[in-house]
Amino acid sequence: MRLTAPTRAYRRRAPGEPRAIGYLYILPALAVYAVFLLYPFGQSVWLSFVHWDGLTVATPAGFDNYRALFSDPSLRAPFLHALLLLVFYSALPVAIGLLLAAVMSRARVRGMTFFRTVLFLPQVLALIVVGVAWRSILAPDGLLNDLLRAVGLGGLARPWLGDYTWALPAVGVVGTWVGTGLCMVLFLAGAQRIPRELYEAARMDGAGPLREFRAVTLPGLRPQIAVALTLTIVAGLRNFDLIYITTSGGPGNATSVPAYEVYHRAFETNQVGSAAAVGVALTVLIFVLTVAAARLVEGRRA
Amino acid sequence: MELARTGARRRIRGRAAPAALAVGAVLLAAGCVPGTDGSGAAGAGTGAATAVPDPARAGKTTLTVWDQEIRGGTNGEIQQLNREFEKKYPNVRIKRVARSFTDLKTTLKLAVSGNNPPDVIQANQGYPDMVAFVRAGLLAPLDNYAGIYDWNTRYPATLLNLNRVSADGGDFGRGRLYGISQTGEYIGLYYNKDLLRRAGLEPPRSWGEFTDGLARLKKRGELPIQFGNLDKYPAIHTFGVLHDQLGAAGARDTVLGRGDGFDNAATKGAAATLADWTERGYLPKGANGLGYDDAAKKFASGDGAYLLTGTWQLADLKKSMGDRLGIMPPPPAKAGGNPVTTGGQGLAWSITSRSRHPEVAAAYLDFLTDAHAADVMTRHGVLPAVPAQAAARVAPDSADGQMIAGWKRLSAADGLVPYLDYTTPSFYDTLSAALQGVISGKTSPDAFAATLQKDYGAFMRKQREQHTSAGNR
Repeated sequence: MRLTAPTRAYRRRAPGEPRAIGYLYILPALAVYAVFLLYPFGQSVWLSFVHWDGLTVATPAGFDNYRALFSDPSLRAPFLHALLLLVFYSALPVAIGLLLAAVMSRARVRGMTFFRTVLFLPQVLALIVVGVAWRSILAPDGLLNDLLRAVGLGGLARPWLGDYTWALPAVGVVGTWVGTGLCMVLFLAGAQRIPRELYEAARMDGAGPLREFRAVTLPGLRPQIAVALTLTIVAGLRNFDLIYITTSGGPGNATSVPAYEVYHRAFETNQVGSAAAVGVALTVLIFVLTVAAARLVEGRRA
Repeated sequence: MELARTGARRRIRGRAAPAALAVGAVLLAAGCVPGTDGSGAAGAGTGAATAVPDPARAGKTTLTVWDQEIRGGTNGEIQQLNREFEKKYPNVRIKRVARSFTDLKTTLKLAVSGNNPPDVIQANQGYPDMVAFVRAGLLAPLDNYAGIYDWNTRYPATLLNLNRVSADGGDFGRGRLYGISQTGEYIGLYYNKDLLRRAGLEPPRSWGEFTDGLARLKKRGELPIQFGNLDKYPAIHTFGVLHDQLGAAGARDTVLGRGDGFDNAATKGAAATLADWTERGYLPKGANGLGYDDAAKKFASGDGAYLLTGTWQLADLKKSMGDRLGIMPPPPAKAGGNPVTTGGQGLAWSITSRSRHPEVAAAYLDFLTDAHAADVMTRHGVLPAVPAQAAARVAPDSADGQMIAGWKRLSAADGLVPYLDYTTPSFYDTLSAALQGVISGKTSPDAFAATLQKDYGAFMRKQREQHTSAGNR
């Protein structure tokens, strides 16, 4: 007991100021955060427990809107699509980004800055622009199919965005294209911070490029990988613009995702309660997945 | 750049709209129990007027108007009419808020239920918008004004009915009048005169002649019908035309909630035809992957002999095709018979129930839809719901003249069937998704009909329950 008292006093005073005043500094930011994020989020949670068409008086729904997430196939499918898209939006960009970073940090490439910029460029573009551009690339006689025909693979040409099997992967590839540059730049920055001595030591122990990558680069990049996974998972799950522009969830409902479903239900089909439930579920899913990713990669409790 | 609006409702009808994104359900920060504002009784509003209102005596007035007429011709026409109205009544100022169809649709709900609603809005017909607004008591019934201003005789009943909602706010297509439309529109058969001539074809006089021509065009290596369905809704129009050929009367009854539904030969036959056309290559391969606007552009550049789409495309197509462009209603079953097609009218102009100047608003609605307004529309290349003198002076063999003549023939023969997606609140989704399945060969005509019937049946049951419970109260 006696021991704790001085510790506490010490802690309270520690960086020279009484601690309470610290809250005062963040108060403005906190207020903005509360007004624009916490309050609306609370509202969304509240709305998810009512049936409401956005106009007439709402009726209590209990857990109906949430139960529908499991029982209604048209609500279940978007979540499955989103999880599948994560392979394209998160796993692939991180993998390709690692590969590119490994190659670029080892080999001396002429015009390195140029390649880095080009690969990062998709990240700078508005997703709407990306969507419009890819929509025309993937069109039945768009660039991709023209290319396939030019190299004698015309049999593979298809209306990518209108094909029940291929629409989802096609949208996914767009996500990979967007996300890879960001991951690569993150990893390149991280790789520069890995001490050269580690590589020299590895080489002296006779490690080849592969071994070197696994034993030095990969562990050294852990924090960056965690950041990249978090960013890409969030971006992938809240993916709305690309779907909105390219397929509107079609053909049929083959590419509908939760974020699109939120918009669609709230603003187009007057099912505000259901839209709120999808939104809340999506928030929870994002939270769980990002925490899991951070734990997995950093190997500690996030 | 204008984007083809993807995935919005029926009436997107290809009005390529700048796709500004209204994102986020978190906008929904409202009061405690949602909907307790603005939920007056369904009959609230302006019943009192008995004489023609005189806006000049209203004092200084600002009329707030939300519309979606942002495209070239319609925008010009509205701007001119607004200017003229302000000149006629110097005490009235019109505050116009013009948004693309999609933007208007996504923001209107919050605006009309808020504390400061606009006076006049353009409400989309059908269950998701107009019926929902009426049910919430947000629109004023206009039957009185329809009497005072003779709207009942100005418009054919078929058109006026599309702006009606039953008194209990449950049914669409009958009951009180909640709006009046300015423009007309129908799904027409556009054709490329050069391509037809080269194939030795005339504009078809009968449906049989039309389909025979398709085979002939295909044989010559031309694409018979240009078509893109990536945006999901265009197939509703194409299917609607096929459906009308097989059972127009039944289709209209079903849309208005008094028919047998979709589990019938007409629906299956139309779906089979659509699949067959795709199979035979009358429609482009992979239409599900081609955008609506892209398809129109291809047609305009000479790829495809026919294009089945709405009259709203005429101005744009004419710009690039000039005299090579022709348009007609889809040909009737027998030469010389009455044509029939999907069509109707532009969005309804409605008065909100809490407008402080309902009489000025009514005068404005009358001004927007009278004979003079029709002439202004014609001069701007817009099809008025009721063409007036100027329409008679348009050269009859021009595309504009053909469009107007077709509209007159359709109106006279009562040949307009409402958009099929009016049928139920969820029908746009159901129909457009199922049609993509039919086109890709994934959904059989039988399964397609069953899917539509399921949606229709569920809605009808709900309607009946509501009617019974309202009757017991």
